[in-house]
Amino acid sequence: MPITETHDLHKRRLGRNIGVALSLVGFAAIVFGLTVAKIREGASMEAFDHQPRVSVTPPVESGQ
Amino acid sequence: MTDVTTNTSVEAAEGEARFGDYVALLKPRVMSLVVFTALVGLLVAPATVDPMIGFTAILFIALGGGASGALNMWYDADIDRVMRRTAKRPVPAGKVTAGEALSLGLWLSAISVAMLGLATNWLAAGLLAFTIFFYAVIYTMWLKRATPQNIVIGGAAGAFPPMIGWVAATGSISLEAVLMFGLIFMWTPPHFWALALFMKSDYHEAKVPMLTVTHGRAETRRQILIYTVLLVPVALGLGFTSVAGPVYLAAALVLNAIFLKGAWDIWRRDEETAQADSYATEKRVFRFSLYYLFLHFGALLIDAGLRSWGGA
Repeated sequence: MPITETHDLHKRRLGRNIGVALSLVGFAAIVFGLTVAKIREGASMEAFDHQPRVSVTPPVESGQ
Repeated sequence: MTDVTTNTSVEAAEGEARFGDYVALLKPRVMSLVVFTALVGLLVAPATVDPMIGFTAILFIALGGGASGALNMWYDADIDRVMRRTAKRPVPAGKVTAGEALSLGLWLSAISVAMLGLATNWLAAGLLAFTIFFYAVIYTMWLKRATPQNIVIGGAAGAFPPMIGWVAATGSISLEAVLMFGLIFMWTPPHFWALALFMKSDYHEAKVPMLTVTHGRAETRRQILIYTVLLVPVALGLGFTSVAGPVYLAAALVLNAIFLKGAWDIWRRDEETAQADSYATEKRVFRFSLYYLFLHFGALLIDAGLRSWGGA
């Protein structure tokens, strides 16, 4: 039997690999879309990174 | 050397399943109900949700529901193997190993809860985590094999999605969300027991204490009527909250009258009469119960559409 012959196992493996690949691409697309939506909603694009920065500190209420 | 193998085991070998077998572990038909009710909960909520965030929320609520299905199939493989209805599921059929089902269930649970929290808020994510825990641990591992009221308490897991959708949009739980939960929670027992009456099932062989087996079919008929009577005020009560309007109220009045009449008819019948017409009434009420839930949530959606159209 030539080693190149396609067995049902290979078809199943290919189908599974395609399925996993599409799932991962879909997940990456969702994370990207979610990031865009969050930024569009006005979510902070910066986070605390060991250095106090005015841009990431919460605004002080006036009248205090 | 020979190609002949002596390995005749039907146990699945890891990594030999089709992609579709893993999808089947997520119970796609149950997921469709989760998607629909969660979507209604999200859309009728008094908050504007970005379409991308809304889509992500529904997707991961559905995946969380699927994860609990996979955990259920992992734990219940022994009884699924015994019952004809479930013997072809991926684990008992030998297509997927129990370990793979467990692994998929746990990973999808973690991913769906984390993604729902990041996309919306952590109260919604916490509710999703609780729903998965409730279905996989409280229902599957404990109640299902312990009490004939398993379907009543276990029904709570299926009732959470509209509440999670609502919380994803608003960030809080309110009366409307509780009543949407109550509607599915109270609907589950009469829906399921109507099916149990005409489905010749093998729960007895699987040692699962179903009401029809433990307390008899006459008692099951009585319980269907009791739970339907309790369901009516919940369904009508939702009609007087901010999410409902004239369409829901009119639909609820008609649908509950029909469902109540059906439950009454089931209660009045005995086994001989039911067998004589091949459980025609039970089958009719079961089919109607599917439309009952779909039309209640559909009516909520129509009322929400009318409100936004009127307010535009």
